[in-house]
Amino acid sequence: MTVHHAIIGRTPEAAWTYAEDNAHDKPTLRLVTCGSVDDGKSTLVGRLLYDSKMLLDDQLDALASDSKVAGTAGPALDFALLVDGLQAEREQGITIDVAYRFFATRRRRFVVADTPGHVQYTRNMATGASHADLAVVLIDARKGVVSQTRRHSHILALLGVRHVLVAVNKMDLVGFDADRFTTISVAFRTMAEQLGIADVQCVPVAARDGDNVFRTSGRMPWYSGPSVMEHLESVDVADGIEGRPFRFPVQWVNRPNAEFRGFSGRVASGTLRCGDPVVVHPSGRRSRVSGIVTADGRLQQAISGQSVTLLLADEVDASRGDVLTSGTPPMVADHIAAHLIWFDDEAMRPGRRYLLKSGTSSIGAVVSAMKHRVCIDTMAQETALTLEANEIGCVDLVLDRPLVCDAYRDNRDLGSFILIDPFNRRTVAAGLIDAPLRRPANISWQTIDIDKSVRARLKQQKPCVLWLTGLSGAGKSTIANLVDRRLCELGRHTALLDGDNLRHGINRDLGFSPEARVENIRRVTEIAALFVDAGLITLVSLISPFRAERETARRRFATGEFIEVHVATPLAACEARDPKGLYKRARAGELSNFTGIDQPYEAPETPDITIDGAALSADEAAELIVRHLREHHYF
Amino acid sequence: MAEPRPLALSHLRRLEAESIAIMREVAAEFRKPVMLYSIGKDSSVLLHLAMKAFHPAKPPFPLLHIDTTWKFRDMIAFRDQRVRELGLDLLVHANPEGISQDINPFAHGSALYTDVMKTQALRQALDIHGFDAAIGGARRDEEKSRAKERIFSHRSVTHRWDPKNQRPELWNLYNTLLAPGESMRVFPLSNWTELDVWEYIQLENIPIVPLYFASLRPVVERDGALIMVDDERMPLQPGEAPQWRSIRFRTLGCYPLTGATPSTASDLSAIVREMTASRTSERQGRVIDRDSAASMERKKVEGYF
Repeated sequence: MTVHHAIIGRTPEAAWTYAEDNAHDKPTLRLVTCGSVDDGKSTLVGRLLYDSKMLLDDQLDALASDSKVAGTAGPALDFALLVDGLQAEREQGITIDVAYRFFATRRRRFVVADTPGHVQYTRNMATGASHADLAVVLIDARKGVVSQTRRHSHILALLGVRHVLVAVNKMDLVGFDADRFTTISVAFRTMAEQLGIADVQCVPVAARDGDNVFRTSGRMPWYSGPSVMEHLESVDVADGIEGRPFRFPVQWVNRPNAEFRGFSGRVASGTLRCGDPVVVHPSGRRSRVSGIVTADGRLQQAISGQSVTLLLADEVDASRGDVLTSGTPPMVADHIAAHLIWFDDEAMRPGRRYLLKSGTSSIGAVVSAMKHRVCIDTMAQETALTLEANEIGCVDLVLDRPLVCDAYRDNRDLGSFILIDPFNRRTVAAGLIDAPLRRPANISWQTIDIDKSVRARLKQQKPCVLWLTGLSGAGKSTIANLVDRRLCELGRHTALLDGDNLRHGINRDLGFSPEARVENIRRVTEIAALFVDAGLITLVSLISPFRAERETARRRFATGEFIEVHVATPLAACEARDPKGLYKRARAGELSNFTGIDQPYEAPETPDITIDGAALSADEAAELIVRHLREHHYF
Repeated sequence: MAEPRPLALSHLRRLEAESIAIMREVAAEFRKPVMLYSIGKDSSVLLHLAMKAFHPAKPPFPLLHIDTTWKFRDMIAFRDQRVRELGLDLLVHANPEGISQDINPFAHGSALYTDVMKTQALRQALDIHGFDAAIGGARRDEEKSRAKERIFSHRSVTHRWDPKNQRPELWNLYNTLLAPGESMRVFPLSNWTELDVWEYIQLENIPIVPLYFASLRPVVERDGALIMVDDERMPLQPGEAPQWRSIRFRTLGCYPLTGATPSTASDLSAIVREMTASRTSERQGRVIDRDSAASMERKKVEGYF
């Protein structure tokens, strides 16, 4: 029982490292299996377990009796039953959830995430892929590359799984046809190249019988490549993470007594030596590592993947959610561009608040702009207002406070996040950070002595934004113009920002795609904010069709500064008026992305003022708005 | 992959680091966590990792032992000794209803006994103390439905597990949000195998219950299993007489439901050698798993660990 002597006489580091710890330690390959329903994923995994002689006698006995009861392989063993462990899975003969299985050969250890093929369980496939070095993509030789193959491959590419083994399965059902295999391989490779998946190995397989699974099969003499297992045992998946900058998200502050204050966490990337300088983010405070504490003694060095507790030379403040770094600084951003894989049955809602969890941080987040959705079949980017379950898209997120992060391509741990619905607590999306949209670290605020309140007092008015939204032809500009005149007559200081006019100048580079509209509104919001700072009652007349963008605009202002005015004229009335002849052209197909015709208008849910544009004249509407300002003491 | 990289963690150190990180997440994210301690080898590893995770502090949660009153005597002695040595808080709970009705595996069968003395007892203990997270030592390689379970496994107000509606668990990000009354079961050893556990016990010299080492013990052979006669409460059937045999246990549960293995492995390296050559799974010795094909899943759905 005296095993402890085995590590006596070594430095604590030595006990941790690969070579010293166990000379026979085998590297581990993490793989995920994916593909469409009934492509044979579970069968292949079961077969790998069986052929690697990992199954024990009692498990084999159970498999034999299960196969008789629930098997789909006739009198033979049904290998899928080895992994489809849930009752509902056995009843339906499908995989519902990820199963993690472990096995080993002489050369390697394997962790297999066997994931479901059904579209409705895509989140479980993505879950498996987020842990994988390599993916085994199953393709039914009879069906070839199908939509689900493309969906899964896209997710693999997105999640950075750079190695793919394509198992073209059920070759026995196409008469072991070499041409069929070649056609499918070429189709997959073409798609993989498009997606940027670098390493693809295609193997023709009959998983049920074990052909080319463990050993190369005599039934396909035309195939000269490796078997599935030969490839899995030899493929080099080293991801070149060495030399990456040090990242250490603080999990827990360890304070057993007044003398000890350590920061516990797991090294996400890089290495750190005792004495190295570190920066605490987001505060930017600097210190030096004075100790690397473990229960086995102090270390001179901490390496990627290790759970340690760090002591700092200075009394700097750091807590859970902060990140200790050295080398290239991380991003610190409260506005990020990201890819989302949407999981939830309830669609993504721009403007709605979610909880973003990244590393050890949890931060409130709002999707401020939906940029595009990826069409799985064509890989094209298409415009969309939302993401439905299992869709992938690109969005901008505004966070409640700055997040310390890296781009996902640089660092999986600091570049990944999940979104949680704070009301039902479901994990609704997986996210991958592309880039920060602002760099607050580089730009500091210039303090201006004469502020908004000084100007407001001088002008004897409370500056605000009157944001008129409504369909084209609703009467926004006419009403805004009348309000502007009325206020001037009353001696008020105003400015009028008209959407059409701005498009001649500051916004002339923008079109009408949803992306361009978002940018249009962002610019108008910023200009309006400057005018409000200058103490002006600022009128904005803009269709602004999307609720989320108007919400984003509202958040740019203080409470009471943003007054949403819905000029609610029915579409039919607007179309009948058609002051600029635009509806006619849109109906004729000459204009695309036209609000009300081929792009939706999301009416405000609780506007501050509603104008019934069909019932009121423009004068009456203007009077209503002026009265609102007076009654609410804007002047 | 032939060249070992000098700065990569070994297999066991990587598992260790992951488990430590999981325990720290529990400590940081939950209001009132607890660690289930069932005295077996997995529990011993779990306890060892908890001591490491919070060093030099003590683990910031108590231990909870669900006492079925049918544990081996050596286990209870070992439990009390370990807790004393480490200076930890230990809570022990037995289902008072089960005790008053004298629910036992012989008279009531393993299914009812397990439900009353384990599942219901666990639910009672969690409710009494208001724990919102319970750390357990289950591993995915133990059983097919365990292989499907998340590391952070969500439980309803009534402690039920919904295997078809588990939270996706991507990267190392765990959704720990709970509604009032809901709880989380957390499994830091999810990615360990039985062999990993033994190799780690050997590497770290972790104390374990002596019953894991082979010795001469009194057993009777019943339904193909070797049942150790641990105390006078075990009713012997006609013709049964305890025989002294060299046995050890691969898994330790309640003594009437845990089959022993004939063995002469009396130290850790012998056990690891025996494990490597074994042709049966550890669960084979657990009588309760034989109730039916999906019995573990059903028990888990109802709130069993």
